[in-house]
Amino acid sequence: MRKVFSSATAAMAGVLRDGMTILSGGFGLCGVPMALIAAIRESGVQNLTFVSNNAGIDGAGLGILLESRQIKKMVSSYVGENATFARQFLAGELEIEFNPQGTLAERIRAGGAGIPAFFTATGYGTAVAEGKETREFDGKHYVMERGIVGDLAIVHAWKGDPEGNLIYRKTARNFNPIMATAAKMTIAEVEQLVEPGCIDGDHVITPGIFVQRIVAIEHADKRIEQRTVRQRA
Amino acid sequence: MAWTRDQMAARAASELQDGFYVNLGIGIPTLVANHIPPGISVQLHSENGMMGVGPFPYEGDEDADLINAGKQTVTELPTTSYFDSATSFGMVRGGHIDISILGALQVAENGDLANWMIPGKMVKGMGGAMDLVAGVPRVVVLMEHTAKGAPKILKSCDLPLTGKGVVGMIVTDMAVFQVDKAKTPSLTLIDKPDDVTVDQIRAATEADFTVDPAVGS
Repeated sequence: MRKVFSSATAAMAGVLRDGMTILSGGFGLCGVPMALIAAIRESGVQNLTFVSNNAGIDGAGLGILLESRQIKKMVSSYVGENATFARQFLAGELEIEFNPQGTLAERIRAGGAGIPAFFTATGYGTAVAEGKETREFDGKHYVMERGIVGDLAIVHAWKGDPEGNLIYRKTARNFNPIMATAAKMTIAEVEQLVEPGCIDGDHVITPGIFVQRIVAIEHADKRIEQRTVRQRA
Repeated sequence: MAWTRDQMAARAASELQDGFYVNLGIGIPTLVANHIPPGISVQLHSENGMMGVGPFPYEGDEDADLINAGKQTVTELPTTSYFDSATSFGMVRGGHIDISILGALQVAENGDLANWMIPGKMVKGMGGAMDLVAGVPRVVVLMEHTAKGAPKILKSCDLPLTGKGVVGMIVTDMAVFQVDKAKTPSLTLIDKPDDVTVDQIRAATEADFTVDPAVGS
């Protein structure tokens, strides 16, 4: 089976449909599958639910799909720094489900591992627990949270091989490896598509079984949200 | 004079012990990294998936793939490790992080913490705060004692909670309180700036507290 596609647009062929749930890797603007997001925008698909820790910023990341009004709902832990998001949310055009960041990550991990629900102490006694089952284990209170499975996952990796084995670079790993496990179809964009054998099996982070399609992007669109530096002595 | 932000951060940093794995929130808690006591080695955790966070890069050395949980560019250390966000919060939820130092909008005398939303304002989300306060065994709040003159240490929080009964210590510009839910009142004043009086602290604090005998008046 051939997993390698020639472009982000080609990799999306036959995959997108209105109303689907898409999981996207990335934290802030770091490790975000920018080329695949651009291909989704180009397709014009509508009413999407996105599961992503953040919602991009104006003009970058998922922000470009907010601008084109293709997103109906976000499942995220933090959506600051996005004026388009705020405007659409306050106008009632966009739905948001806030999840604590670790609960979001574990819901995705669980979904990918075939676990329909789990108990966590996170959010007990807060608005997050409203309407959810709670249980006491060993004298401590826990909230039941559901696993998440998406229709499509899009991820950004540093290197990949034609089998779909992926490795990531520094904190650009973030949510990408778990997103890759938790959807019926996973498409990976990679900065470098390397020959089989170039990635040591001991170093693989995402085994190719989780990746159905892979595309090399020529120039990764990497942006810095908060440039912080120190002075040279 | 009340403590400065750096003095507050230094006071909170004195709670660190050699070998600790530490999570610092954004705002004043970030300054704690500049005040780690001599002879003590700690590893700083960043929720997005990094242990061993180094200082900000020199200008020109910024790497878009290397950021902390506040999305700021940082550097790595020889001991740094990277992992996915589920593993990162497994460290938090599993009690492997020793201490979390974070800011707050309100803290109640029973250890309740509110720091993620103000009704009527645009809500940005809780990020990792709820996971940290529920999972990390030692939670230290580092914040200004009052907001525009109004007390932030209350009998009970009126803002939506981040965690219930989770705070172990409060460090402000005026006071350091130990929180022990087994005691009544559960707050004990254990430290303060020399030139702030206990009466001034009482006037700026809604919650009831006792004063440790080692603290002057």
